[in-house]
Order: sequence, then structure tokens, then C-alpha cells
Amino acid sequence: MRDRPLIFAGLALFVALATYPVWHAVAAHSTAAAPDVPLPKQAKTCVAPLEYMRTSHMKLLIDWRENKVRNGVLDYTAYNGQHYRVSLSQTCLGQCHASKQEFCDRCHTYAAVETAAQPVGLVCFDCHTTPREVAAGRLP
Amino acid sequence: MKMTRKEFLQLLALSAAGAGAGGLGLAAAEQQQPAPAKAGSVRCGMVIDFRKCRWDSGCESCLNACRTAHNIPNIPDEAHAVRWVWKEHYENIFPFEQSDFTREQYEKHPLDVLCNHCAQPACVRVCPTAATWKREDGVVMMDWHRCIGCRYCMAACPYGSRSFNWSDPRPYIQNPTASFPTRMKGVVEKCNFCEERLAQGNPPACCAACPEKALTFGNLNDEHSAVRQLLRERYALQRKPELGTSPSIFYLV
Repeated sequence: MRDRPLIFAGLALFVALATYPVWHAVAAHSTAAAPDVPLPKQAKTCVAPLEYMRTSHMKLLIDWRENKVRNGVLDYTAYNGQHYRVSLSQTCLGQCHASKQEFCDRCHTYAAVETAAQPVGLVCFDCHTTPREVAAGRLP
Repeated sequence: MKMTRKEFLQLLALSAAGAGAGGLGLAAAEQQQPAPAKAGSVRCGMVIDFRKCRWDSGCESCLNACRTAHNIPNIPDEAHAVRWVWKEHYENIFPFEQSDFTREQYEKHPLDVLCNHCAQPACVRVCPTAATWKREDGVVMMDWHRCIGCRYCMAACPYGSRSFNWSDPRPYIQNPTASFPTRMKGVVEKCNFCEERLAQGNPPACCAACPEKALTFGNLNDEHSAVRQLLRERYALQRKPELGTSPSIFYLV
């Protein structure tokens, strides 16, 4: 029984190390809850159904991009027959999601699409501007 | 089979001759010119009038219109400057088009130079990613999404019409325009003939901004267009026509 202090110290160390992620998360105030993404108040529908946009908006944006730049297609007919102008800055951000920080970034940060450690995950906004930035006269 | 020394040497000489002939054939095939681009019904072009340009009064309406329309950075370092349209002196634009007395009149006469939107563009031939290509209406377009920044096009362009973004251009853009994106570090850019304005039926921004209407835009394939009318009436120069690129920008002298 002479090893009792050693055994308990080892156990305590093991418990501390094993539960470290939990304490770290508590200290960092992180949460497993999905990000709170504010939806536009004036528009009730998006250019595609909600589920499709959640999972495949990047595919839609690439299709827009290829069709507009390479084929000159400026008009997009949505699933509900509505017509939209093909433009990330003017349509998506200009008409509905004015704040990139509150809409795009919140989900992208949550899903670790773009993090401080990997800042080149998403390059759309290296070139495309948001109406708010332009109105402020300063591009990030 | 047993081969004599003489037979072996004969075979060797024959093979060498055969390989040589094959190589020559390949080289000849490589030298063949590509088929000329399909002539569409529209070929966008521009005519620039020497006489009308009011450069002497310090007018830079065309340059400013382009800068504003396309978020062109104003980089003070000449080596890193980004230009779509800019002023160049006559003797630099047409080094072989001057005689003793025309030089007197045209020397130091600045004129707009921009992408020539050539009918046979060298930049398009060398681009490894098809980031630059020729549209059916003659506009030499760029897709900045695809540009990998290799700068082959800059080496190929005989007019120096292309600029490279050596650094992030955004800090040098004073009053950004919402309707056009900026570019990022590592891509090449050039005049796009205001394709975003053409899509809406408007002439390029420089043409629209000129107070003297010195710049005229139109369809070179339409013999009733304003540009063809001007080219019928006056003598016009193209830049370096001997290279066979067939520029779509004409200068009325």
C-alpha cells in the first residue's frame, strides 16, 4: 500500500487529461448549438429551396459563375419560376444577406470552412465585395 | 540470323535517316498556322481620333471613367501599376510611323492605348488554363477565377496591355464601385471592353465619358456602323499590324 499516493496522483492526472477538451470548451465559451444565422426579413424565398441551399449553395454559385463568365448568361430562373440577376454581390448580398459577417461567415466559421489556421479555404470575397463594404468606402 | 558488319552499318544509317525525316515532318507540322478564328457577325472594335482628343487641356475623362467602373487600383509604384487604358506618346505607339515633319506635329502627343482585342490574339494561344479566350463578338475576355498568374499572356502580348497584381490591390482602391469586383494578388488583368456594359447595350465607359467623342465603339463587321464609316473617311493606323494579330483598335491620324 506504499504506492497509494502515486496511484491516485496518476489517476487524477489521467482524469484531468481525458477531460481537458471539456474544460477547454467551457473556458472558451464554445457551444455545440448551430450558429444563429439571421434570415432576411423582406424576402421569404431564396433562389433555391432551403435544404438545397444549405447543402449545395457552393455548387449553385459555381454554376452561376461558369454560365455568367463563360457563356454570358445573366438571368437565372429559380425553381419557383422567379427570375434573378446572376450576381453574388448584387443579388445574394445586395438584396438579402447584406452582412457577410452575420450570414456567410457565421456558418463558414462554425463548419471550419475557413479558419485562422487555414485562411485560404474560401476566396470568393478576395475579389467580390459586399454592398456594406463599398458603402463604407473601405475594402477589407 | 547472322548479320555482317556491313549490313549492320547500313541498317543503322537507314534508321538514322528515317528518324531524321520523321523529326523534320513533325517540325513542319508544328510550324503550320492555326486555322483563322471563325468570323462571327459581330467584331467589336474601337476608333480613336487623334484630332479630337483634348489631352492638352489635361482631360483624363476616359481614364477616370475606366478606373471608377472597374475598381482599378492606383498603385504609385510604376513597376506594380495596374493599367487597363492609359496614355502613351505617339512615337511609342507607332515607332515606325513617323517622318521628319510628322514627328514635329505628333511628338509627345499622348493617346489612349488599351487591349487591342485582336482577331488573332497571342495571349489566348498561350494561356494554359483558358482563363483568357476570344468571345464570338470579338472581345478578348478574362476569367479571373481561372487565372493562375503564370503571366504567359503578358509575355505573349506585343502591346503590353496586361498587368499583374503583384500585391493585394484593395488598399489602393479609393472609391470602390459596387457593380464590379476587385481582383486579388496573383492574377493578370486587362481591359475587358466593358463587357458588363456591352451586355446592357451600352458602349464602353471610356467612349461614353469622352466629351469630344474622340472614341467610337462599334461593330467592325457591319459596314454601316459608325466605326466603319470613320474608317472609310479617314486614314487609320493599327498597332504593329505586321505581327498578324489584327488589332481591333484603330487610330485616325
